[in-house]
Amino acid sequence: MEVGLAHYLTVGAILFSLGIFAVMTRRNAVALLMGVELILNGANVNFVAFSRYVETSIDGHLMAAFVIVLAAAEAAVALAIVLAMFRNFGTVHVDSVDSLKQ
Amino acid sequence: MSEHAILWTALSVLLLPMLSYVIIFFFGKMLPRKGDWVGVTLLGATLVQAVRIFVHFWQMGDSQLRYEGGFRWLDVGQFTADAGMLVDGMTAIMLVVVSLVSFLVHLFSVGYMHGDRRYERYFAFLGFFTFSMMGIVLANGLLFLYVFWELVGLASYLLIGFFFHKPTAADANKKAFLTNRVGDFGFFIGIMIFFTAYGTFNYMELFAQMQLAPLTGALLTWAGVGLFMGCIGKSAQAPLHIWLPDAMEGPTPVSALIHAATMVAAGVYMVARLLPLFDPNALLVIAYIGSITAILGATIALVKTDIKKSLAFSTISQLGYMVMAMGVGASAAGMFHLTTHAFFKALLFLGAGSVIHAVHTQEMPLMGGLRKKMPITFVTFFIATLAISGVPFFSGFYSKDAILAGALAFGMQGKTMIPFILALAAAGITAFYMFRMLFMTFMGKPRDEERYSHAHESPWTMSVPLMVLAVLAIVSAGWKGPADSWFSKFVTSYDLPAITAEYGHQENHIVESDHHVVVDDHAVVHVEEHATSESDAAHGDSHGDAHDDVSHKAHSMAMVMSIAIAGLGIFLSWLAYMKKAFSTEAIKTRLNPVYKVLQNKYYFDEIYAATVYKFVLGLAWLNAAFDRVVIDGIVNGSATVTKIGGWITGSIFDRYVVDGMVNGVGNLIQGAGQGMRRVQTGRVQTYLLYVCTSIVILVFVFRAL
Repeated sequence: MEVGLAHYLTVGAILFSLGIFAVMTRRNAVALLMGVELILNGANVNFVAFSRYVETSIDGHLMAAFVIVLAAAEAAVALAIVLAMFRNFGTVHVDSVDSLKQ
Repeated sequence: MSEHAILWTALSVLLLPMLSYVIIFFFGKMLPRKGDWVGVTLLGATLVQAVRIFVHFWQMGDSQLRYEGGFRWLDVGQFTADAGMLVDGMTAIMLVVVSLVSFLVHLFSVGYMHGDRRYERYFAFLGFFTFSMMGIVLANGLLFLYVFWELVGLASYLLIGFFFHKPTAADANKKAFLTNRVGDFGFFIGIMIFFTAYGTFNYMELFAQMQLAPLTGALLTWAGVGLFMGCIGKSAQAPLHIWLPDAMEGPTPVSALIHAATMVAAGVYMVARLLPLFDPNALLVIAYIGSITAILGATIALVKTDIKKSLAFSTISQLGYMVMAMGVGASAAGMFHLTTHAFFKALLFLGAGSVIHAVHTQEMPLMGGLRKKMPITFVTFFIATLAISGVPFFSGFYSKDAILAGALAFGMQGKTMIPFILALAAAGITAFYMFRMLFMTFMGKPRDEERYSHAHESPWTMSVPLMVLAVLAIVSAGWKGPADSWFSKFVTSYDLPAITAEYGHQENHIVESDHHVVVDDHAVVHVEEHATSESDAAHGDSHGDAHDDVSHKAHSMAMVMSIAIAGLGIFLSWLAYMKKAFSTEAIKTRLNPVYKVLQNKYYFDEIYAATVYKFVLGLAWLNAAFDRVVIDGIVNGSATVTKIGGWITGSIFDRYVVDGMVNGVGNLIQGAGQGMRRVQTGRVQTYLLYVCTSIVILVFVFRAL
């Protein structure tokens, strides 16, 4: 069986779904960030697969590289927010940080 | 003086009294002596101006001389009205009479009204009255005649009710005003008939139009009777004379000025002024009304014991004379009598005022013997009595004689003799009651010692006017009849052809209307006839040689008869009240029914109370009932409907619909907020769940695309 576009997209979709699942269910903010990483990487797989099978250019690759950089930056900012959160609320559980609602 | 100067002088005569009114009315309280000197001074100036006009006419000596000036007052669509003045001989005389009597009354009032609480108001009203009266005299058209006519009515109302704290005075001025209203109603109708027919108010234009296109038949008679109704009201002619005796509630100088000398003569002046507008039928009515009034007033004056009431009826009687003179075609004699009467009757009233001032009563039975205490008042009153009784060489004799002669000539020309007979009887009665008044007041022994002992001669401000008027009561006629004396330079009948020639060119819409076109031919004939008769006529009241003879014969006959009857009246009065040759009490009891009728003034008031007043009050009651039931019903009904409407809109519509909408919107938004807040958990993960779910849904929705 030859590996085709569909297989890549399937892997991407699984990664994406796992990421979404993690983001939605995890209470720990750090685990939540990990889910976001999974979502971004699922998207990266798709970019590269489309670049390989549909367009045969390096645009997709470039976009994937951008996303990796962006994800790194995002992780840096997000971790800083988590630290600030911990300092203010004494917890990193996202569902107990709901002072905006009250 | 030039025409310009005459008119400006006349204007000053009109406006100076107005100035006096304005100054005293607004500033009287602040001025020293409450401003009475302002009134006296300005009236003095008015008199000077009036005399200047008089002297001018005297010098010119032309009774047809006429100055007219004015301006367009109203210009509304088709309707135009002019305000203007007409100054001729008649006006000149009236100006002097009014301003002289008014001036003397002002002077007299300084003493008479001394210490009154509303002293300055009194002088203001006097000025206002004089202004209005001058307006009547100077008006050159019916419209302004009517305006000033009403203004003198107002002034009269204010002055009769001057002591309004007395209920009788308050009633009297209302009575005077309402009675005059009845007459003025007819007057207005008369004015409007002439205005609709000829489209002008101006006297001279009216006369000219009357010559060119006379109104036909009954309309002219009714128009004349309408105008005369104004005279009936204002000049206190029967049957509207009832207000004048009651008007004596006013201060006595006011009675002298307004209700003896000037305002009540306005009706006579008006008839004399408008004489060409009356047709023979209307003149006959005037003659009858006048003579009936003359006898009516004289007989009532016989029995009245109140000195002012008696003089009031005397005035009514004398006014009847003047009016009758107009009716019988002796209009110059009527104006002549108006002039002389103004002086001697004002003198009588001021004399009576002087007496009342001294003894504080108006009842003659409480007086008597006052000649010793009040010599000046006595002598002047005596002179006036001689004048009004028609004793030769006093002014009243010549004017009354001329009227009687006119009435006799009227009868001798085949018309009715009734006016002459009534007037002659009235002359005798006048002599009787005037001497009765004189004897009861000044002669004999004092009947009330206490009042007598307090009596005193009046101050100079009061006695000087008496003396001036006494002189005029003797000389004002000039010892000749109106046709021969100075009076003929001022008043003769209108020179109608000349007036027609001068004013007749005016546009006249009657002439253009169908049934009057033919009139033109007649008019020419009429004018020619008139012209010949005018040229033949020696003086105003005659219309041709035959008439001249009649009037000459009538004149000598009337003179003899009037002297005889006046002498008889005086003699009987002397017998009754001085000699006591026969007892008046005995006559009173023997002729009790007659006495009662006279004492009750022929029951005019009672008859009116039973008929007119009752009718009017009934009508008023009906109207009040209508007002109460229908008008109030409608008003209250609409109020109820509005109330119900208000309840519906307020309690139901507003509460449930408007408030419902407002609250509904609020509730909706609140409810929506309540619902929506559950969505806003504040948890990022929940939001993300929504996002993902939404995306999945959207993907399925747009899958087909």
